[in-house]
Amino acid sequence: MKYQRDPVRIRKVLGDKVQFIQGDMAVAYGGLVAGVSFFGGYPITPASEVAEGMARLLPRVGGTFIQMEDEIGSIAAVIGAAWGGVKAMTATSGPGFSLMMENYGYAIMTETPCVIANVQRTGPSTGQPTLGAQGDMMQVRWGSHGDMEAIALAPSTVQECLDMTIEAINLSERYRHPVCVMTDGEIGHLREKLVIPDEDEIELVERRTPKLPPGEFLPFAPSQIDGSKVPDFAAFGTGYHTYVTGLTHNEKGFPRTDKQPDHERLVMRIIEKITDDRKRFVNIEEVMMDDAEVAFVTYGASARPARSAVMDARKAGIKAGMLRLKTVWPFPRDEIMAVSKKVERIIVPEMNLGQIYHPIREYTDQACEVVMAPKIGGEMHLPHELAEYLGVRT
Amino acid sequence: MSEMIDANEIRRKYLRDGMLPTIFCNGCGHGNAIDYTFWAIEELGINMDDVALASGIGCSSRIPGYINADGLHTTHGRALAFATGIKAANPDMHVIVFTGDGDCTGIGGNHFIHAARRNIDMTVILLNNFIYGMTGGQLAPTAPKGSIATTAPYGNIEQPFNISELATALGAAYVARWPIFYPYQPIKSIKEGIQTPGFALIELMSPCPTAYGRRNKLGEIDQLWAWYEQNTILIEDYEKTMRYGTEEEKAAVKEKFLIGIFQKAEKPGFFEAYDRMVKKLMANDDAKWGGGGAE
Amino acid sequence: MKREIRIAGFGGQGVILAGFIVGKAACVFGPYNAVQSQSYGPEARGGAARSEVIISDEPIGYPRPTGVDLFVAIAQEAFDTYKGDVRPDTVVIVDPDLVPKHDLGRPVFEVRVQKIAEDLGNKIVTNIAMVGAMTGIYDLFDEDAMRKAVLDSVPKRFAELNVNAFKKGYEAGKDALSR
Repeated sequence: MKYQRDPVRIRKVLGDKVQFIQGDMAVAYGGLVAGVSFFGGYPITPASEVAEGMARLLPRVGGTFIQMEDEIGSIAAVIGAAWGGVKAMTATSGPGFSLMMENYGYAIMTETPCVIANVQRTGPSTGQPTLGAQGDMMQVRWGSHGDMEAIALAPSTVQECLDMTIEAINLSERYRHPVCVMTDGEIGHLREKLVIPDEDEIELVERRTPKLPPGEFLPFAPSQIDGSKVPDFAAFGTGYHTYVTGLTHNEKGFPRTDKQPDHERLVMRIIEKITDDRKRFVNIEEVMMDDAEVAFVTYGASARPARSAVMDARKAGIKAGMLRLKTVWPFPRDEIMAVSKKVERIIVPEMNLGQIYHPIREYTDQACEVVMAPKIGGEMHLPHELAEYLGVRT
Repeated sequence: MSEMIDANEIRRKYLRDGMLPTIFCNGCGHGNAIDYTFWAIEELGINMDDVALASGIGCSSRIPGYINADGLHTTHGRALAFATGIKAANPDMHVIVFTGDGDCTGIGGNHFIHAARRNIDMTVILLNNFIYGMTGGQLAPTAPKGSIATTAPYGNIEQPFNISELATALGAAYVARWPIFYPYQPIKSIKEGIQTPGFALIELMSPCPTAYGRRNKLGEIDQLWAWYEQNTILIEDYEKTMRYGTEEEKAAVKEKFLIGIFQKAEKPGFFEAYDRMVKKLMANDDAKWGGGGAE
Repeated sequence: MKREIRIAGFGGQGVILAGFIVGKAACVFGPYNAVQSQSYGPEARGGAARSEVIISDEPIGYPRPTGVDLFVAIAQEAFDTYKGDVRPDTVVIVDPDLVPKHDLGRPVFEVRVQKIAEDLGNKIVTNIAMVGAMTGIYDLFDEDAMRKAVLDSVPKRFAELNVNAFKKGYEAGKDALSR
């Protein structure tokens, strides 16, 4: 029997509306609320709690959880389930994310809606498994081979772990693209208040199905409903006999691998379906930016000590602010450009050696000074460390 | 089963429009595998809307392109994991995987082991040609000892994989191996595989004259046929020889490929067991909540 | 207002659960924001373990404590390991049977929570008795919210035992406060 989302059952299985839970569990809750009915995953610290939550909850709402043999299999099964017509997701951390990269590219090329939650840690290699970091902010953008765009969201709170997982599912359905929720070990294991939204507080997006019959329907052409660059989706089992391949293909889905224009046309459409629409969904938060002269531009866990540091700086009379990237990819370049024209200095705190600092430099184009504020080793910046960047003397 | 249908009608009915010609070389066995699958599906009376195909990378993995059904042509070695997801989302569909020896047991060995062990409900048609054909003849994990490949120019020194015996040991519900030259046994096995709940493996020994044959003095198709004749033995005959044969006769069959049905077990597939667990959990919840969860 | 609370004990004594209850009482059954974090690594398997909670009436930025306003210990090793940054005004609560050496050169609240648990017939609720004691001593904590959080966080079949441990701990905490 095919999965039918039952909001009443889902809410009952999730329990109390207000809970005090970990970020990882909030990701699992978000998936359930959004109608995910397939989760394939493999244990990895600090993301295992997402799989554990799904293993406990999904069967009780009629969904399927499978612990796959590795992360390659996990993302593969997720993509298979998506073509089977359901909403599907997985969760992992750095090493597993590295293993997923080939099939992540496959999902991009075949325009498969699915979600990967990456509870980030650091590397290279095994690194510090139990500690949080932001090790994959560039891997999510460029980790698979070839040319592509990424959609990646970065939650800073437990509530956002749920909210952004729902949003990620929606974006994946709307743009037929694998969407990544780039959380981290710090937020993943933090317990915080979570309010589970009621059914009337959420909006769910469903992939659009063909309006034309088999034979006339083109599975990899711009939408035959309204010309949007996102093709309509014919799930397996609906009689369309869709052929899906990671090879460069034509609008019918048939391999066309040796002509330059065929490849360029396909890849550009896959990129532009996202970049053309960036204004619609790129999301940022501004904190005390109205009169700011110096600003943090940051995301995820790093935004938490940055927020504390901004408050400390304001108490010291320094006009500090923060631009928080809730959407990290596609890159909020217009928003960052605007900030660079307003402030004298941008400081970029990250739990890596400047993965987002470099694109910020690119898009600010020397309109203001951009300072790297990296911290590696599995600890967040201390608020006073960041306050010093703002000129607060401790 | 329909009354009478000829081969041309079968092909018209099941081949995908616009994808021919195939990429297969003269003497390749893969076309036969397509044909046998058509006959099996025809004889079972399965609607192609209810068939989902999956494959990885390699010559055999191009097969779903030629068949008029939903098909997922995926990454190298991962077809079984993709197929697992398709089946999970659509438990009522027949999921059939086309794969090769390198795809399934080289790069994809781990997925193969676990899909068989979990007894995931799917039919895997594995075309074993002892070589990486599409990429020009590199060493496969199934290559017989001493055989030549571009990456084993002095002859293979490795122990080859015995795929069907491995699947049998893993508890796959249905396991059969046949040379592709015999039509009836493969068709029957594909039918039985599709009908079997759980994991069914049909290993078809399919010749590759271009990449394997040419380097191994089997470049002519009749040489390959003769090789298969000389180097395979029915499981029943093998067992008889091992029980009643002379030492000489035993020695003569020892190195041969067993062909036939290795395993036919009646046990629930993964999704049947999973579904049972789901029903039980939901009934427990309904009892606890005093009434259905559904509105 | 922001308060940073550290609960220290042996791995297995339930300090993580105690911190969880304190955080839940503050933000689910109370009006505050709260975050709870814990130390992972070898110490979670039997050595000194700690659970840290921040409670604030404003949004909580940096989620790890930068100081300690309330320090609670139910194991000597944990007390010794985590007492380093205790300030003169930090409120300190220990079980004197479990932390016999707790001289900080100033008053420390002593509540025999393990004895309370043993008298109730199960040492396992030592942590809950300590949650009760903390509630009795530290004025930020609301008794009603904390009791609800206890009930919400323990297995139903042990609800009575846990509520009794909380109650006795709370009374003992009040006693310690008035002494």
